[in-house]
Amino acid sequence: MAEVVYHTDFICVEEGAPSSLVRFLGRWTIENAQAIDDAMAATIKAIDKGAVLDCTGITGLDTTGAVLIRRFAAKIDDAGAAVLTGISSDYKELLEVISCCPPEAATEPEVLPWYIAPVLEVGEAFLRAVSSFARLLSFLGLVLTRLFGTLLAPGRIRLVPMVHQMEAVGLKAMGIVGLIAFLIGAVMVNQGAIQLAKFGADVFVIDLLGITQLREMGVLLTSIIVAGRSGSAFTAQIGSMKLNEEVDAMRTLGMNPVDVLVLPRLLALMICLPLLTFYADIIGIAGGVTMAWAQLDISPANFLVYFRDVISFDHYAVGIIKAPFFAAVIASCGCYQGLRVSSSADVLGERTTKSVVQSIFLVIVLDAMFAIFFTAVDL
Amino acid sequence: MDGSLQKDAVIRVRGIVNAFGDHVVHDGIDLDVYRGEILGVVGGSGTGKSVLLRTIIGLQKQKAGVVEINGKDQTKLSPEEIQMARRDWGVLFQDGALFSSLTVAQNIKVPLREHFHMSQGLMDDLARSKVTMAGLPLEAACKFPADLSGGMRKRAALARALALDPKILFLDEPTAGLDPIGAAAFDGLIRELTKSLGITVFLVTHDLDTLVRVCDRVAVIGDKKVLIAAPLKDVMKFDHPWVQEYFGGPRARAAGID
Repeated sequence: MAEVVYHTDFICVEEGAPSSLVRFLGRWTIENAQAIDDAMAATIKAIDKGAVLDCTGITGLDTTGAVLIRRFAAKIDDAGAAVLTGISSDYKELLEVISCCPPEAATEPEVLPWYIAPVLEVGEAFLRAVSSFARLLSFLGLVLTRLFGTLLAPGRIRLVPMVHQMEAVGLKAMGIVGLIAFLIGAVMVNQGAIQLAKFGADVFVIDLLGITQLREMGVLLTSIIVAGRSGSAFTAQIGSMKLNEEVDAMRTLGMNPVDVLVLPRLLALMICLPLLTFYADIIGIAGGVTMAWAQLDISPANFLVYFRDVISFDHYAVGIIKAPFFAAVIASCGCYQGLRVSSSADVLGERTTKSVVQSIFLVIVLDAMFAIFFTAVDL
Repeated sequence: MDGSLQKDAVIRVRGIVNAFGDHVVHDGIDLDVYRGEILGVVGGSGTGKSVLLRTIIGLQKQKAGVVEINGKDQTKLSPEEIQMARRDWGVLFQDGALFSSLTVAQNIKVPLREHFHMSQGLMDDLARSKVTMAGLPLEAACKFPADLSGGMRKRAALARALALDPKILFLDEPTAGLDPIGAAAFDGLIRELTKSLGITVFLVTHDLDTLVRVCDRVAVIGDKKVLIAAPLKDVMKFDHPWVQEYFGGPRARAAGID
């Protein structure tokens, strides 16, 4: 009688000469895969030479079980020869399907060592940022040449999509822009009055509101809302068209994607953003008026009389003149990122995020440059 | 018909009604899928082949009717039973529906990880075996779905569908979008694999070649019902204008049906 050196629910090893006898028992299916694998690891140590693998005791086998048997045989082959016997005809085909042992191959993407990865990432990000900025500039150039081209041939302007975009980016943004402008105006008066009251100068809150709202807050907040709302929509719309090969189809039909997709959006936004800014200015002041009335007991009539005395038209002009420039930045970022979408829906989401971040960043940078310029020209 | 009644129905569909708004897609679908067979479901565009598949796998809620899989009414299962039942199925979606942020091998490991606790080494080994079983080169294991061709994506999706050693495989237009050679190879792969693994297959297709080469029985959906479910040669004799046109057209002759 051979000596049983190892015994579990699934594997039974009997010592013998010249090779051990390994009997497989029970159901070799995916449910028991880990238990069998553990038993295998323990058994392997007990076998130092070849083995005969007896499959007669197997009551159930699926591909996972077949892989496990193959795995077992491969491990024993390292020590000596493995011979497989007693496979019932039901399982023969199954074992044939996965008879050959696949060589080791990576199943995960390559990962860099931890000390190189960050350096590499920083370098790549920097190069990407530089090339992305350069590409954005060249895209802007392309758009401008097409835009001036349309001035010579006005028939190329697509009015219907432009009006449609104006509705989407202008008219439909009025709710959210108005709400935010009103709240910001009210908060500015509320907070400003508390601080200025310390000097007994709370009436100057009207100067504060007028100057900040008209020069900066109105246009900047509107631009940021529009960048988040419409810039991202531009990227998503154009990007999904790009994924669907609609942009390529357009090219084959002799339509220029810049003319069809970019210019209507650009022009619509350049028309709508100044209008929205004007609207935000008025609503913001209205918010301030309401708060001043409620908190400081300054009646709207008094407020407006004082407002007319202290706030010159220049403040309004300085704010509103920036709007078309911001609009151009937002529209070109949005459209540019949309046209850069390729291959997969993953990229679309990434590009949309990038478009919003980039356009808000550029709007603020541009605003800072305007501030320096206006200070220099004493406005 | 008498012989088939004794067969063991793995999927039993009775009186399924599906409607989107006023548009009724199915009005009383009855269908049986027997153990170990490959059933092909055909029908014109918009007849609801895919909707039927989605109803059976529980992605589409039917207005009326019963879907029984392995004798269990699918609507009466507890969440745990539903989870357990998912282990017995594999589904191959039309475009593969591979997770785009994971490599092919990681895609295959997803169901393994979700349903079982296994060591990394064993999962790697299983994933590699499934990759070779599906006829993919091993280099494909660490590639992302976006880097694969359409045919390879289908094979990768099949490998994922087979990851849990399912007893039932649902295939939604497995050869759509493949070139004839790729489609023929994929047909062969399905037939060979499912027969050697003893899997029951529910296959929705437009492809006449697939019907001829792969399917044991063919079910035709039309007029919101199953017109006939029988072996191909009986279906071809069936007297219905759509069936006659489908199996008598030039493409059918090209597929070797006459």
